[in-house]
Amino acid sequence: MAVIKLENVRKVFGDAVIIPGADLEIRDGEFIVFVGPSGCGKSTLLRLIAGLEDMTSGVIKIDGRDVTEVAPAGRELSMVFQSYALYPHMSVRKNIAFPLMMAKMPEDQIKAKVEGAAAKLNLTQYLDRKPGQLSGGQRQRVAIGRAIVRQPKAFLFDEPLSNLDAALRVNMRVEIMQMHQDMKATMVYVTHDQVEAMTMADRIVVLDRGNIQQVGSPLDLYNKPDTLFVAGFIGSPKMNFITGAIAEKHKAATIGVRPEHIDVVSGKGEWQGKILLTEHLGSDSFLHVEAGDAGRLVVRAPGEFSGKPNDKISLKPDPARIHKFDAQGLAIRSK
Amino acid sequence: MATKQALVLGKWALLPSVAVLAAWSFVPLALTIYFAFLRYNLQDPENTGWAGFSNFYYFFKDPYFWKDLLNTILLVAGTIVTTVVGGVLLALLLDQKFWGRGIVRLLVIAPFFIMPTVSALVWKNLIMHPVFGLFAGIQRFFGSHQPIDWFGKFPLFSVGMVVSWQWLPYAALILLTALQSLDEEQKDAAAMDGTSTLNYFRYILLPHLARPITVVILIETIFLLNIFAEIKVTSVGGFAGNLTYLVFSQLNDATDVGMAAAGGLIAVVLANIVSAFLVRMVGKNLEA
Amino acid sequence: MAIKQSRNKTIFLTIVAWAIGIIMFFPIFWTAVAAFKTESDAYSLPQNWLSTPWTLENFAIVQERSDYIRYIFNTTVIVVLSTLLGLVFAIPAAWSMAFAPNPEPRKPTNAKTWLTMIFGALVICFLGLYFTDWKPVNFFVGLALLLIFVVPASLWAWNQNTSGTLLWMLSTKMMPPAGALIPIYLIFNRNGLIFKDWGWINLSHFTLMDSFWGMVPLMTLLNLPIIIWMLFTYFKEIPVGILEAARMDGASLWNELYRVLTPMALPGIASTCLLNLILSWNEAFWSLNLTNKFAAPLSFFISEYSSPEGQFWAKLSAASIMAIAPILVVGWFSQKQLVRGLTFGAVK
Ligand SMILES: Nc1ncnc2c1ncn2[C@@H]1O[C@H](COP(=O)(O)OP(=O)(O)O)[C@@H](O)[C@H]1O
Ligand SMILES: [Mg+2]
Repeated sequence: MAVIKLENVRKVFGDAVIIPGADLEIRDGEFIVFVGPSGCGKSTLLRLIAGLEDMTSGVIKIDGRDVTEVAPAGRELSMVFQSYALYPHMSVRKNIAFPLMMAKMPEDQIKAKVEGAAAKLNLTQYLDRKPGQLSGGQRQRVAIGRAIVRQPKAFLFDEPLSNLDAALRVNMRVEIMQMHQDMKATMVYVTHDQVEAMTMADRIVVLDRGNIQQVGSPLDLYNKPDTLFVAGFIGSPKMNFITGAIAEKHKAATIGVRPEHIDVVSGKGEWQGKILLTEHLGSDSFLHVEAGDAGRLVVRAPGEFSGKPNDKISLKPDPARIHKFDAQGLAIRSK
Repeated sequence: MATKQALVLGKWALLPSVAVLAAWSFVPLALTIYFAFLRYNLQDPENTGWAGFSNFYYFFKDPYFWKDLLNTILLVAGTIVTTVVGGVLLALLLDQKFWGRGIVRLLVIAPFFIMPTVSALVWKNLIMHPVFGLFAGIQRFFGSHQPIDWFGKFPLFSVGMVVSWQWLPYAALILLTALQSLDEEQKDAAAMDGTSTLNYFRYILLPHLARPITVVILIETIFLLNIFAEIKVTSVGGFAGNLTYLVFSQLNDATDVGMAAAGGLIAVVLANIVSAFLVRMVGKNLEA
Repeated sequence: MAIKQSRNKTIFLTIVAWAIGIIMFFPIFWTAVAAFKTESDAYSLPQNWLSTPWTLENFAIVQERSDYIRYIFNTTVIVVLSTLLGLVFAIPAAWSMAFAPNPEPRKPTNAKTWLTMIFGALVICFLGLYFTDWKPVNFFVGLALLLIFVVPASLWAWNQNTSGTLLWMLSTKMMPPAGALIPIYLIFNRNGLIFKDWGWINLSHFTLMDSFWGMVPLMTLLNLPIIIWMLFTYFKEIPVGILEAARMDGASLWNELYRVLTPMALPGIASTCLLNLILSWNEAFWSLNLTNKFAAPLSFFISEYSSPEGQFWAKLSAASIMAIAPILVVGWFSQKQLVRGLTFGAVK
């Protein structure tokens, strides 16, 4: 449906540089996720694409057309807001029909489209209610319904699930992914939750303080983080970082090993340590280990792991999975 | 945040209001300043020209000026003390649980909606009249043969009474709203901590009410400085006139535009001193 | 309070509160009773108002003697028109400040804007010269005032950041009427603004004194800061996201305002109108000074009863009740919103 291209996009609020300069190409039909800690500029970047904010400088192109000076209405994008932003004075039917009304579509077509969308989203019986009479999940569906009826060039989502409770969030996540598969539309999705990003994205854009740190598929980011920031942000629990003598041995300023890439071994491992506490999740156990020079590490062990706090254990990292970073926090790769 | 288009439009949407308000607040003021230095009497069209500071000079020399200035201050201060103290008590009462709270609220707030001319005449004639008034009736009931002639003997006090009756509901309503914003949990926590009523009032309520009380004081001051109708329709301007009334009578009775303008300027200065505080108060609120 | 209150305390509080409520309301109640009594019964104290006969004659006499209908008509015209005119100015202004706020004072205005403003002022002055004859405030004084005060003041206030503009608007409300009375009086009466007979139409007898042409805009100006403030606080509560959603949905600015913002702001606009209604209904200073018959509102009508003519209390009471009843009802309905309007949002 659409290719969105950002060229050297810059945004400054007063003295604060929020987006220092972003280049990005969003491919046709892909599900791209902007992820980063809150306040890093994800929403700002999305709103720049939507046209809700003006860029300080730079160019945005949609399907090759320069839309830098085009108002939001002219960009033919749909957006789902974190707060849903439904029109409280209109019924669900009117809410969903609004973009079509604005596009001056004939009444009968609007009716058909609205009912189609409502059926798809299980909203048929709520069509004549006001948003105030719906639950959070239903409101979210209405917001999505309003976005999909119009067949826009691309969908923009700004943390659409963050106001839902955990169970509902997982359901909606699946529904949105399903929707993407059915419609094959370009979707730009903003979240601060890296699990959401990993599970949903075709490609992930990791942002830190307005800078695009790395763009790539979830596995790329997981396996080959370009920077210390990406390495720490992607993956749960967080990657362990070790500095000092041990890192120097690997000719790096910092090395990183994910908890799942450290094994508990009997006999002599690479690092010795003492268990501080254990978290049992059933399938896995996470051990917090005080490991001498290596510092405090988190290690993944099998669910049935029986070690107790204060037990001494030996640890062995998977040498192929040790990430090396230089003093600037950039990854050191052998060739 | 708005986009450029909205900002540009917003800028122009604001202009008409700003322009008319600027005209309204500066043109009359400028003309008043201009007139204050003119010899200009409507009954004496021949006598024109610059008056220098003589309008001010005569105004300050006029014994009415000092009396009316004092009246203005007494009226404002007296009414504020009455309404704020009464308002706090009334608000505390209305914040309690009792039967018919909604109706009592309506009864208490009613005086605020009464036209100043009406309340002044009703109080003067039906309530405080020395012979047929309600107060006189009560006094007679208690055996007095010489009921007080309120507006005759104590004109300023009587006007203050009428004005306080009108403004007490305002103070009470605003303080009540502020009280209700004190959240239930805070009240309950205080009760759980075994806070005594007096301490509760002293350490929780009063600090919470400090801001709304200041707002009430400042806004009442602005309006009370300009009390006019109550004085005019009760015909006590000669005894209990305030600055506003004096300006009116200079214009209306003495037809002296220059003098009236000088008086108006003094009123402006007085009001500005108060409004400087008020604007600062509200401004603080804006940023918060 | 969440903590349960003893029954005795409730009874005690009920008695005290009702006593105070009744005392506060008593003057109004007393007036209402007297309005329905004959003159001589109205004077008798203690008045046994249950046994004396009730009558409606006072209302008829008041209508006959001072033409109540005319005054209430005038009041309604002034109040309604000034409110509508106020909204015309205030809605765009409040919209602008709530949704396109200006976070920082704008850069000193450029020469083009200055020239436009000064040109505008000149046009107004020439129109003034053509249509009017100001005495002793002649054309040049008017021009000077516009150029020296209004243009820079407008530009200054206009280019403030939004909270600066708002505060400035508030401060215009602080101006005591005594400071403006003299020039306004002179402009209104024929000492000031005199229109010419310029051939095709003769307006040389036109005067703003005692006319709707004068009273309606004046009332609008008096209350404009309050209207703008109140609308602003209501608009502020509308989440910007909803307007942005409309923009994303392809709504033009007109549709955004007309189909989304206005319906959502309607309750706020209604309470603003009510407050404005109350304030202008009860306005007395300017009404007493600038009207006397033709465009005089109810506050003037009542003031005619200030000089006693024989027994007049029942009639005074009837007139008073007729003057206050409509607005009292409006006031009761809008008491909650009043707090907001009358404290400029400083207490919510
Ligand atoms: N209108 C604005 N004015 C000034 N600063 C803003 C504005 N909007 C956002 N910011 C700042 O920009 C930064 C990024 O905001 P945002 O894009 O909302 O972050 P995210 O969505 O990643 O949590 C934040 O530090 C925020 O304070
Ligand atoms: Mg965000």
